[in-house]
Amino acid sequence: MRFKALQLLVHGLSLGWLGWVYYLGFSDQLGGDPVEAIIHYTGKGALHLLMLTLLVAPLSRWLKQPRLMRLRRPLGLYSALWAVAHVSNYLTFDLQFDWRLIASELVQRPYIVVGLTALLILLVLAVTSLPKLVRKLGRRWRTLHSGIYLALVLVCVHFWWSVKGFELEPLIYGLVALVLLSLKRRPLWRLAERAQKARPPMVK
Amino acid sequence: MKRTDAFNSGLSENDITDESVFLNRRQLLRQLGFIGAGGLLASTSGHASAGLLDLLGITDTPAESGFSTEPLSFAAADRSPGQVLTTEDKVTGYNNFYEFGTDKADPRRHAQDMQVKPWTLTVGGEVNQPLTLDYDDLFRFELEERIYRLRCVEAWSMVIPWVGFPLAALLKRADPNSDARYVAFETLHDPENMAGQRNRFAGGGLDYPYVEGLRIDEAMHPLTLVAVGLYGKTLPPQNGAPVRLLVPWKYGFKSIKSVVSIRLVKEQPPTSWNLAAPREYGFYANVNPQVDHPRWSQASERRITRGGLGSDERIPTQLFNGYAEQVAHLYKDMDLKRAF
Ligand code: HEM
Repeated sequence: MRFKALQLLVHGLSLGWLGWVYYLGFSDQLGGDPVEAIIHYTGKGALHLLMLTLLVAPLSRWLKQPRLMRLRRPLGLYSALWAVAHVSNYLTFDLQFDWRLIASELVQRPYIVVGLTALLILLVLAVTSLPKLVRKLGRRWRTLHSGIYLALVLVCVHFWWSVKGFELEPLIYGLVALVLLSLKRRPLWRLAERAQKARPPMVK
Repeated sequence: MKRTDAFNSGLSENDITDESVFLNRRQLLRQLGFIGAGGLLASTSGHASAGLLDLLGITDTPAESGFSTEPLSFAAADRSPGQVLTTEDKVTGYNNFYEFGTDKADPRRHAQDMQVKPWTLTVGGEVNQPLTLDYDDLFRFELEERIYRLRCVEAWSMVIPWVGFPLAALLKRADPNSDARYVAFETLHDPENMAGQRNRFAGGGLDYPYVEGLRIDEAMHPLTLVAVGLYGKTLPPQNGAPVRLLVPWKYGFKSIKSVVSIRLVKEQPPTSWNLAAPREYGFYANVNPQVDHPRWSQASERRITRGGLGSDERIPTQLFNGYAEQVAHLYKDMDLKRAF
């Protein structure tokens, strides 16, 4: 019963909060520049959800609550949703569908390229989390979904590069990301090792 | 009045968001279902739920201002119909003033305890007549209103009615000598009250005090303004109380706030953003759609006027922020791409 409430909370907050932020934006209650505010807010929201997603497995291990794992998929999907909102805000309200500008920004600005890469990873992971595809991918699903760690690192770089001067906030997020990486039970280098082993032996 | 009109002439009707255009856009958005009933209701509901929002860190409530501004008397600028100024709330609630924090809502939140009385502004260096002005002296000049576009290097802009006097009027009193080739400006250094100066992280990694500079001919140009007011009143702290510079054809960071020192010097003076990131911010920092910031395009800008999401327009950025007619001659033999 308590678990059901937790599930509802995850859905309610992830969706309700997003709706609420848009309501505030359209009604001019997001400070002097609602456009920048909502871009930043949804960007950070996506990152928070991404971090929460990665926290689920270690938490369920520590608390010995395997049921918690069922929250991982919705959290990951909501992270992707907020990321899509973030990018849509940028394209709609900031660049206002000036396609030439969008194209040049996407290609020229390193922090945008990094963000785009992260977004693509999140989208691939979102699609391949369909139960049918999970089954079909079998073991490969695991390897593929380790890509979430790559997305996390990319988003932190994106954040770091997007600020004008030298700021504490992206550093803090970077540190939290490092902690999350270190919590991974099967370290990433193991995956690399396994991939190596899977390859046919080299013939001299 | 005539005089002010001449200065405002750079501002034609096309340059400022026309109110009817603005209304049309809103209508369009509403038809698209972008602005729901909420958007309509909200204009009356105001900040009713501010307490909760503060808790969530989403909005900034306008400060219960510990700081009070005072009305000024001045020669008013001509406000032709159709000119859409950026609302006072946005002008005073969205500021880059890293001394009070790097978030643009920080200055209004954290600057309200700033003390501006007494204030001392010195004019020295290569001058025959060094000056020391106190707070009241700042308002003894012939004050006039100027409606200027302010173009931030971050590719947004506002249209703001300032009150002030030409910098030239001040400099002439100090009587620069023949060695005065540049002018160096400095912001108040008060780490005790300015968290950004106290803590390297809170201040965006800039070295403080904030410094800026102009070539003497730029400083003497009639568009270069010393502002002491905004929307008819003395400046609030977040906009650079009690006295700041405005160089409307340059990116906003040149328009240094809360100035305590003006020095006429022989050599090109150091400037804060140039010191912090020389590849990204030059000494000249003239608004130029052809010269991109290394991390974003400067070809267009988002004009912030009023309203919520979907009410701003992205407009092409103009060379020298649209003041080319008045200032282009200052740079006629220069490669603006290299001297950015
Ligand atoms: C095509 C993909 C993306 C684009 C075009 C994009 C664009 C932007 C822009 C324009 C900013 C604001 C920079 C500024 O104000 O100077 C930003 C900041 C940010 N973005 Fe993205 N982004 C993308 C992908 C992502 C993704 C996938 C995430 C997270 C999952 C993300 C998280 C963030 C964060 C956390 C910030 C910093 C917000 C802040 O400063 O408060 N972005 N991004």
